[in-house]
Amino acid sequence: MPLFNFLKPKNQLEEGGRSAAPVQQDEGEPVRTCPNCRKEIPISRLQNNRLVCSCGHHFRMRARQRILMITDKNTFSELFAEVQSRDSIGFPGYPEKLETVRAASGEEEAVICGTAMIGKQKCCLFVMEPTFMMGSMGSAVGERITRLFEYALENRLPVIGFTVSGGARMQEGLVSLMQMAKTSAAVRRHSDAGLLYIAVLTDPTTGGVTASFAMEGDITLAEPGATVGFAGARVIEQTTRKQLPKGFQTAEFLLEHGFVDAIADRKEQKKLLTELLKLHNGGVGNE
Amino acid sequence: MSETAYDKVKLARKNDRPTGLDYIRGIFKGFIELHGDRRFGDDPAVVGGLACISGIPVTVIAIEKGHTARERAMRNFGAPNPEGYRKALRLMKQAEKFGRPVVCLIDTSGAFCGIGAEERGQGQAIAENLTEMSALRVPILSILVGEGGSGGALALAAADRVFMLENAVYSVISPEGCASILWKDATKAEEASEHLRLTAQDALSLGIIERIIPEADIGTKVFYDRLRTLIGEEIKALIKTPGLVSQRYARFRGIGSDEAAKLTANEG
Repeated sequence: MPLFNFLKPKNQLEEGGRSAAPVQQDEGEPVRTCPNCRKEIPISRLQNNRLVCSCGHHFRMRARQRILMITDKNTFSELFAEVQSRDSIGFPGYPEKLETVRAASGEEEAVICGTAMIGKQKCCLFVMEPTFMMGSMGSAVGERITRLFEYALENRLPVIGFTVSGGARMQEGLVSLMQMAKTSAAVRRHSDAGLLYIAVLTDPTTGGVTASFAMEGDITLAEPGATVGFAGARVIEQTTRKQLPKGFQTAEFLLEHGFVDAIADRKEQKKLLTELLKLHNGGVGNE
Repeated sequence: MSETAYDKVKLARKNDRPTGLDYIRGIFKGFIELHGDRRFGDDPAVVGGLACISGIPVTVIAIEKGHTARERAMRNFGAPNPEGYRKALRLMKQAEKFGRPVVCLIDTSGAFCGIGAEERGQGQAIAENLTEMSALRVPILSILVGEGGSGGALALAAADRVFMLENAVYSVISPEGCASILWKDATKAEEASEHLRLTAQDALSLGIIERIIPEADIGTKVFYDRLRTLIGEEIKALIKTPGLVSQRYARFRGIGSDEAAKLTANEG
């Protein structure tokens, strides 16, 4: 799997992201420009620092790299990879779009699910993929996440989920919209069994994903600076003709308004998740 | 069918269509409105309360667009804020406590896209309705009577049965929004409407809704009488249905899935 696709010049990532295209320096090492501090950072240094700039800006991260970062070595076992999107409403250009995105991203869908150990504790994990149609939720994403929560319920496992999404995938019309209700119902069943779900919101988490499983965790964490919201900022500006407040729809804005529990820096995420899993695992002495 | 999908969109948006309150007054007996979400405020875009249908007390919740310019402004053009969804949820939980069925009448271009709406957690409000409705222990019947705008409509339609009026539309995104993303041109909404499969006929064939309600006589006494009978009978049938919550789970579980629906339906 091409984990480091973003290294490719004139990246094949989805357009419009915060992932600046690499620029060639004289020394020959490719760099990226930080959209926050405007500094040029050699990609090797970014890699060694979990794609976080020295100013603290978190670049978008691909799902498989995140899985490597967050799970214990060689413990991730993928589930439901066979679940594929279908052109259920005959949307023009969608099959071709899927093919192009699959080739460019090296992934089959916008979410990767499986089981893994985090700090020696078993859990179910889903991680969304920003380079796959900006993590949009169609039938395959909805089905994979639903199956993961059902699997976790059956095996009495906690679920940890990293969200990144532009929302419901319009190319699957109402079928996409219904995935919001489907995943939410699965989260609820898992929750009713007394099982833990931690959502980690990453840049960007918007639309139908925010309005479903992203906001349904027992504990909601967010990466610094991540855009999280329901409606797009531009749409809000057009609708209200008002200037948006500074820091609108950032993770910090959500913290201030009471919609996330904590901001989790990437370098502390594994430790934090480990602690949280332990606290829900009888580790506090109820055995 | 002579109308195009976009004709339906325009019909669904027409100002002279009956609004939520018209349906409540036309169909139900003795409506008593209950206000407020007990969290922040009272959203005039969502009307809810108690009423009777076929002698059964129900909780009825409707999105209200208003008719006159003044009413429409007061109702925020039927675009609910988070407190509208939270009021609806409060009334549904109240219905559950007292064993009352819930009827939702939906007509919205979508959840409101505003600064305050985001500050107060529009996404979280919709998400909570979806999880709570999936587990509600009383019957829920939702009817799309005009526009069914994306998550803002679904937040009242995670139901046991979903019906649509013949000229109502139900879509993941507005045709204008779709056109501007796809072709960077909102004026191509007509073309987008065809592709989005947003008519009642589309929704029925995709298995998203159970029934289409003819509306040639929309707004007349006969029309409301017919709806009253239809809703009353459906409510009575749902009350008698065992395993309502697992059937509701299976209803949504099967959408966009091949075989999983059957498996789940057989569980508890």
